Amino acid sequence: MFPLTGNQKPKSDPAPSVWAYRLNRLMLTPLFRVTVRLVLPVAALCLATWIYFSDAGRREAVVIAKNEIVDTIKNRPEFMLNVMAIEGASRSVSEDIREILAIDFPISWLDLDLDQVRDTVAGLDPVAQVKVHHRKGGILQLDVVERVPAVVWRTKHGMELLDATGAPVGLLKTRAARGDLPLIAGPGAAAAVPQGLAIIAAAAPIKERLRGLVRVGERRWDMILDNDQRILLPQDAPVQAVERIIVLHQASDLLARDLALVDMRLGARPSLRLSENAQRELSRIKPIYVEK
Amino acid sequence: MMDLYQSQRAMRQMRKAALQKGVIAILDVGSTKIACLVLRFDGIDWEGNSDGVGSLAGQSGFRVLGAATTQSRGVSFGEIDAMRETERAIRTVLQSAQKMANTPVYHVIVSMAGGNPRSYGLAGSVDIGGGQVSEEDVARVLSSCDVPDFGEAREVLHAQPVNFALDNRSGLSDPRGQVGQKLSTDMHMITVDAGAVQNLVHCVKRCDLELAGVVSSAYVSGLSSLVEDEQELGAACVDMGGGATSLSIFLKKHMIYADTVRMGGDHVTNDISLGLQIPATKAERIKTFYGGAHATSMDDRERIEIGGDTGDYDRDSRSVSRTELIGIIKPRIEEILEDVRSRLDAAGFEHLPSQQIVLTGGGSQIPGLDALASRILGQQVRLGRPLRVHGLPQATTGPGFSAAVGLCLMAANPQDEWWDFDMPSERHPVRSMARTVKWFRDNW
Repeated sequence: MFPLTGNQKPKSDPAPSVWAYRLNRLMLTPLFRVTVRLVLPVAALCLATWIYFSDAGRREAVVIAKNEIVDTIKNRPEFMLNVMAIEGASRSVSEDIREILAIDFPISWLDLDLDQVRDTVAGLDPVAQVKVHHRKGGILQLDVVERVPAVVWRTKHGMELLDATGAPVGLLKTRAARGDLPLIAGPGAAAAVPQGLAIIAAAAPIKERLRGLVRVGERRWDMILDNDQRILLPQDAPVQAVERIIVLHQASDLLARDLALVDMRLGARPSLRLSENAQRELSRIKPIYVEK
Repeated sequence: MMDLYQSQRAMRQMRKAALQKGVIAILDVGSTKIACLVLRFDGIDWEGNSDGVGSLAGQSGFRVLGAATTQSRGVSFGEIDAMRETERAIRTVLQSAQKMANTPVYHVIVSMAGGNPRSYGLAGSVDIGGGQVSEEDVARVLSSCDVPDFGEAREVLHAQPVNFALDNRSGLSDPRGQVGQKLSTDMHMITVDAGAVQNLVHCVKRCDLELAGVVSSAYVSGLSSLVEDEQELGAACVDMGGGATSLSIFLKKHMIYADTVRMGGDHVTNDISLGLQIPATKAERIKTFYGGAHATSMDDRERIEIGGDTGDYDRDSRSVSRTELIGIIKPRIEEILEDVRSRLDAAGFEHLPSQQIVLTGGGSQIPGLDALASRILGQQVRLGRPLRVHGLPQATTGPGFSAAVGLCLMAANPQDEWWDFDMPSERHPVRSMARTVKWFRDNW
């Protein structure tokens, strides 16, 4: 028998209490289970976070703490860069690079934007290519390929060195400093440097006499020889025109004559202009003389 | 009677709702154990299979998700005598079954063995005037059965039409659509003590469950442990439970008689406890380990330590031979079986075409029972186990679970009962007529 009053539940009773039973049934309901197991904890977490961060001071403290942690990681010696090594650049160029980068070492490479460094260095005129990487031992390594100057471009403001593609390399103080390079002039000449170089190459047999090229109207070249001879080249196929001149020159010694100008602009009708002296001489020799 | 009709209809609705929901629990409240199975209905062919049962004897539609048993408390003779205790036991078993099924259940079908079931054969007939038999005619003939006076404080548990006859043709299972003059029916009705049912209902309600049916355990254990031809040709199922031995007689796939002998395995245990002067738990253990119904000379030599906890050497070192134990068990078993025999005789069991008797229930596991039973009940006795159903754990496939398994089958394919048919209009109470008159007066 068991007592009818008081706590009737014996100790070893395996039966759940009414409320335990109801809770158990409730927990078996899928919606309720998801609510209790997932929705409520997430909501509580969100609420707690929201309450915590609603205070500006705490927000700031969290940001500061986060920055501190980030800094300690960034400033570990494994991530530090101490020196910059530049390879493949001349002294002046590497000085320029150091000046333009203005990195104050030591710096963590996590702080350094290598892409930006590369773009900055590649933006320098004398630099054709640059590779940036960090080397063991805290070294920022820059492998630079410099541009090779191919022509001197004379403008109103001075002389400039251009490479074979027409990209600027640097300024030139005096022509004599780079006497070995051909000279070009005229506005827009830099854009047609490859063509100019081809013309110069074609004019190799008269190299001694060539003074330079002048870009006319930003569309065609004039070839200037010594004693002010000028060869007007066409816009299209100027190299062939030069080759024709060379052939004429070699056949009939054209350029050695007293000419002021050879006009090759119309390929079908090349024309010459004599110098004044030659005209006078010609009129003297020829009986028919037209008074000016 | 109207109340009962309404409440049974309500339970049927509940069962339909549960089937739509797909999960239903069945609860077998016995005197020694309470078993609970949680079924899931996949809705494949649980109903609407008009031509007989579906594939796999109608079991393909459901699957057992959870099963649990617990020691029964507060139940004796299949009736509740300590509500709180029983309620706790039901809670325990439901909770563990739900846990195994991983789903909550809201509807439950309960079986009960006690309550002094009494079975009545009713007959009724109605004139249908040469037309086709409609569903309404079936309802009319069912309600035309003259209900005997089964006394106050009794409730109808089952009222199943077992036979229909149209004019001179009898043995119709479904008379609908057939043409005839006079439709008559035989109905089998079981009544039980109202108090026993109400206590059970109350216990279930206290566990936050909706009742989807109360059935007699004699009926459902017959459903699960009789095979098809036995159900067809006539057989009796004897479910030897702990507190009560229920028997049901089946003919033409219908239960035609049910009764209970209010003796069972608990009485055997009690006899052992008394005879050997040992506690009931120990007696139960000795019964299940060494029990038997037929002593052989070998059993004289087998000594069973029965011991004790008194500290007195002579008492604590007692032992009995197995023959003595069988000598205690056997008379009680014989008494039960003889009682069953007399109930069967009273029911006219010998007139059935086949007189197969199937012993099932936890008590039928006593070794040598079949020999003893065939001496008392006749030659056609076999031990029965319940059908196998989908997903039933191995531990719950024994004969002790034939009522539980039968409940599953009944939940899947319920037998038509009287309240499944709409109440014919002439049996509606007068009140509705008054309502009609009132409606006319209000609206004209």
